[in-house]
Amino acid sequence: MLQTVEAPVSHNYLNEHQGIRSWLLTTDHKRVGLLFVASITGFFFIGSIFALIMRLQLLSPDGLLVSAETYNKMFSMHGITMVWFFLIPSIPNTLGNFLIPMMIGAKDVAFPRLNLLSWYLFMLGGIVALFAMLRGGVDSGWTFYTPLSTTYSTTYVTAAALGVFISGFGSIITGMNFITTIHRMRAPGLTWFRLPIFIWSMYATSLILVLATPILAITLLMIAVERVAQIGIFDPALGGDPILFQHMFWFYSHPAVYIMVLPGMGVISELVPAFSRKPLFGYKAVAFASLGIAVVGFLVWGHHMFVAGQSLYSGLVFSFLSYLVAIPSAIKVFNWTATLYKGSIAWDTPLIYAVGFIGLFTIGGMTGLFLAAIGLDVHVTDTYFVIAHFHYIMVGGTVLAYLGGLHYWWPKITGRLYPEGLAKISALTIFLGFNLTFFPQFVLGYLGMPRRYAAYPPEFQILNVFSTAGASILGVGYILPLVYLTWAWKYGKPAGANPWRATGLEWKTPSPPPVHNFEEVPVVTNRAYDYEAMKEELHLV
Amino acid sequence: MSETIATGKPELALREQFYTTEQQREATTLGMWVFLASEVMFFGGLFLAYTVYRSGHAIAFDQASRDMSVILGGMNTAVLITSSFTMALAVHAAQRGHTRALGWFLLATILIGLVFLGIKFTEYLQHYWEHKAPGLDFQTNLTDPGAVEMFFVFYFLMTMLHAVHMIIGIGLLTVLLLRTGLLTLGRDYHSPVVITGLYWHFVDIVWVFLFAIFYLPGLHLR
Repeated sequence: MLQTVEAPVSHNYLNEHQGIRSWLLTTDHKRVGLLFVASITGFFFIGSIFALIMRLQLLSPDGLLVSAETYNKMFSMHGITMVWFFLIPSIPNTLGNFLIPMMIGAKDVAFPRLNLLSWYLFMLGGIVALFAMLRGGVDSGWTFYTPLSTTYSTTYVTAAALGVFISGFGSIITGMNFITTIHRMRAPGLTWFRLPIFIWSMYATSLILVLATPILAITLLMIAVERVAQIGIFDPALGGDPILFQHMFWFYSHPAVYIMVLPGMGVISELVPAFSRKPLFGYKAVAFASLGIAVVGFLVWGHHMFVAGQSLYSGLVFSFLSYLVAIPSAIKVFNWTATLYKGSIAWDTPLIYAVGFIGLFTIGGMTGLFLAAIGLDVHVTDTYFVIAHFHYIMVGGTVLAYLGGLHYWWPKITGRLYPEGLAKISALTIFLGFNLTFFPQFVLGYLGMPRRYAAYPPEFQILNVFSTAGASILGVGYILPLVYLTWAWKYGKPAGANPWRATGLEWKTPSPPPVHNFEEVPVVTNRAYDYEAMKEELHLV
Repeated sequence: MSETIATGKPELALREQFYTTEQQREATTLGMWVFLASEVMFFGGLFLAYTVYRSGHAIAFDQASRDMSVILGGMNTAVLITSSFTMALAVHAAQRGHTRALGWFLLATILIGLVFLGIKFTEYLQHYWEHKAPGLDFQTNLTDPGAVEMFFVFYFLMTMLHAVHMIIGIGLLTVLLLRTGLLTLGRDYHSPVVITGLYWHFVDIVWVFLFAIFYLPGLHLR
């Protein structure tokens, strides 16, 4: 399917301006996207080091590597780094930034300078959080539960919360920018129902970014005020309510799960049609399912609090609403599968990631239903079952989609092809390593091993050894793409405008694209993924 | 009338990502509305927490509210609504290209905003002298001191957050005033005035709610 063409065109967004200054002051959405790629890659490997230390610690039941206090800091900092400095910005700020204007035929996002500001806020927040980690760490868990975070923890909670608070404003600006861009910057003829599903997903994601992030910001601000001014907002001794913190925290943090996975679903909705050479099955259903997930996602936060003392009746309502999320999620899974059915399938690397996503997201989603059932949740709450469940969504889902998308659009971003054989090997390595790491954790959790402990009873050792072995394989799988994608940037074969022979406006302009994306304003006359209508054009190439 | 009619040089104001000034105007307005939706949630979190604690400590909150000066709070409400009026007049003047009037209305809005902050600061000082600042030697002889302090925690947190928004608003208005002097705003390019106006009105509306929840609950106990 891949073919080679002549070298990249002379003037593009990468070489029109040169030097470090041109990157740090850029307002080009494509360059801002790449600034985010570089930064979140850094945070991803920092977060991975914390995970590595945890997995090494858990090799033996007594946990000989680090002290229990250090272990507490490791899982807290792993969570904080991975959630706020990798997963939340992962797809929206990298591929979203790069692709939204290209996919809708615009020259840039609506507010390019605010877009750059968003990166600076992200970096400032990240540096403040890193400062907290280097000065001695945080041990409150990534959830900052009160009164541990406010009254008892003696670590750098305030600085870490401040870092997350600052980067939150970057998220809000990004969401506002994307909503405005999608509403007001579409090319002539590009109606809402001709938009690629990736755009629908990013729109739904942006709604959550704009409406949920401020609640996190204000909650963390209250934590910081309580710690700094020594006044009890959540402290029961002063009439405060620690459960209120949990309500407010999860009002953001459950929708935040959809900030992480909706963009992944958007990527998969691009990859599956491109490599089955068929229009996406049930386009409108998938589009509305994205909005459905965003809306219902705001109403399910109480399922994190089944054992926190909320009333049985609110538990029942939250349980029911959590089940509802399964409907739009299943619509998507079935429609991707139906798109593959009788497709002309090409097993290129992005599709391997996409199929991996569909399988792992299904496992993650189904175990989510287990946890939404109150009776079962009481048994497995705060165990490794929960850890395994959300890693199947966040790593098996979001990270695989991010890597799949990065491979799919890498030729567009750099103008060069990555080495396909090596890429397939690393995709399979990640899939195997991931399952070996996290599947045993379902079993461990069901058997009763609690999360967040530095030691465990000896009968759990064999499964923990499996898990650590899997994590090492996963680590190799992550390093490979870092190496060969960087290599391909300079030495890969030239890709040409449309190496995958895919539909979509982003493939109609040279790779790498010119500064303003298109030589002339594109006019759209077809629906998305119209592989039937494009048959002639695509097979001629 | 010697009003200057300025067009605001739309061809210079059109940013390169847009094709038409119409598209740019619609985008900036929509962007501000989306941002304000986010702001509603930002303040909303504090309103929620206030509501939860007030429902748990209704009597203590009413008693605590008796120490608030309804006179100063009421004056500030009137002051801020007046500033919204001058802001609306500024937008009106900008849309008609009356540059001189625009400048005067912006200046009036800034000055009235500063009066608000002055009165607010006076109130803060009074609270401090009366040992009503949480965390700074807070004292009360009411029956439920924890809840009374909680009332003042939220009072300070929410009004200070509001004051920060006022200060940002005054900064934005000052930039607009300078740009009006440079004649880069006018009938054909007035989006910055319109969206700053939206922001200013939003901040005023938040105050109306703050006034109601902090100054009025104790009124029936006087």
